[in-house]
Amino acid sequence: MRESAEITVSIRNLSRSFGAIKAVNHVDLDIYSGEFLTLLGPSGSGKTTVLRIIAGFEKPDEGTIHLGGKDVSQLPPYERDVNTVFQDYALFPHMNVLSNIEYGLRVQRIEKTERKARAEQALEQVRLSGYGDRKPAQLSGGQRQRVALARALVNRPSVLLLDEPLGALDLKLREQMQIELKELQREVGITFIFVTHDQEEALTMSDRIAVFNQGRIEQIGTPREIYENPQSAFVSEFVGQTNKILFEGKRINIRPEFISVSKSKESGDRTLTGLLKDAIFVGASTRFLVDAENGEQVISVKPLEDLSIGDSVILSWESKKEFLA
Amino acid sequence: MTLTNKARYALMSLMGVGLAFIYIPLSVVVINSFNASRTFSWPPTDLSLKWWSKAAANTGVRQALGWSISAGLTATAIALLLGTCLAFAVSRYEFFGKGIISLLVVLPISLPGVVTGIALSNAFTQQLGISTSLLTVIIGHATFCIVVVYNNALARLRRMGTSLQEASMDLGANGFTTFRLITLPNLASALFAGGLLAFGLSFDEIVVTTFTAGPGIQTLPIWIYNNLFRPNQAPVVNVVAATLVVFSVLPIYLSQRLSQDSTSGGRF
Repeated sequence: MRESAEITVSIRNLSRSFGAIKAVNHVDLDIYSGEFLTLLGPSGSGKTTVLRIIAGFEKPDEGTIHLGGKDVSQLPPYERDVNTVFQDYALFPHMNVLSNIEYGLRVQRIEKTERKARAEQALEQVRLSGYGDRKPAQLSGGQRQRVALARALVNRPSVLLLDEPLGALDLKLREQMQIELKELQREVGITFIFVTHDQEEALTMSDRIAVFNQGRIEQIGTPREIYENPQSAFVSEFVGQTNKILFEGKRINIRPEFISVSKSKESGDRTLTGLLKDAIFVGASTRFLVDAENGEQVISVKPLEDLSIGDSVILSWESKKEFLA
Repeated sequence: MTLTNKARYALMSLMGVGLAFIYIPLSVVVINSFNASRTFSWPPTDLSLKWWSKAAANTGVRQALGWSISAGLTATAIALLLGTCLAFAVSRYEFFGKGIISLLVVLPISLPGVVTGIALSNAFTQQLGISTSLLTVIIGHATFCIVVVYNNALARLRRMGTSLQEASMDLGANGFTTFRLITLPNLASALFAGGLLAFGLSFDEIVVTTFTAGPGIQTLPIWIYNNLFRPNQAPVVNVVAATLVVFSVLPIYLSQRLSQDSTSGGRF
């Protein structure tokens, strides 16, 4: 898909400093039409600044942004064909839900009956039909989130920017919204650029993930590439959990779920013996903590096994699951 | 914190004494404006509206009321315009000397009125060579009226943050449209509250007014002051004082209701 798809957003050599802090440090990034791209990183890694520069709220110190082939680096936000879903939703408190959604069409002088029809349709799209008369203050967090989404999507932008939009929701609602957002994105076919610090969220929703650290992109790739083949120590630690084991004089990295723990059975070409120190049941899986013979501590995450603490166990894994970074 | 019953009653009676000390004399003035007796025998034996009609017919009072209202309204209008602009500058932009400017704007509210009065009077007549008039009263009042508008607007702008404006621009509105459709409607109640307060402050101001009023210009408080010790004017003074209470209390009460969240600016 990627080779044939056209590039919607093209970022070249982008830099932005705040005082002495280099928030964004020479970033290059191409975003393809219709893809769900996540900017993932810890707070202060520059991901939100990149988003705000694409939206036009911040000016870059250096570098350019092309949107649909046109250089928009110096254009104000209202002349860019992108819309944003804000972290705090930023719904207009003095307007009802329908007026909020109509706002973008209204300031672009779309005729009244058309904008009303489109706003109603957008409300339906986020499953909030009938809520048009309410004020934002009368809605729950999840509903406000949907209104913010509808308000942005009704303008049919070429790119939708989402700044940690699920951060304020509780876990259950967040997981539900992740699925809904992904479905909505497929449905409308708009390019989504999604900012989050939650690696699970990124892995769940994205076509591609750009992992940010200290103003730079450490790695960019599909969720599987990022997870199974992290290119740097930072990525392997930030995305998922990693065992760093000294094995036959070499330091190797392996994910906990690729290591089997058993009393006798080996499954894989690498083995290590040890003592089971702890087993923590976490529902679908169990976290086994093993003190290996070579003095390393190894974590394995596997379905519950019939083991008791203090047992001698064999740790085994496939060498091809190891990664070097 | 819990209080013993004894402490509770002691505090309540202290508060009662304090409030009584403020409000009993005020109510005496208001009641006396309806007291039919010329000598204000207490308690009033007969109530009447004759002093009110007498006051209404008094040209000095009517003129003073007119001057007070026009000075109050104009000073409030100036304060709304300048105070809002200043609040925007301070809340939205970073510039050199911002802290000092903010302090300088708020300072007139705590400067002794007599100092402001002397300084302004001196500046108008000596330096600028313009004679004092109603206009100079208005400028004098505007110096402290700006403060309450500024404080109210600033508090609201800080609470509003910048994301509503960003959202509006993101949705395609330019700066002017954003101000008209988003910022102003969300600022309006704070501005209204600030304006009411400013009018209330101007309406009962006496010190700055004394120094800046031109010959023959009497605002209501000045008229009271000038007529207080004329025995045959005493009944009318009561009526004017009662009017002044209503004109000053009502705006402040309303503005408190409107801006429970923003700072009031003090000096009532």
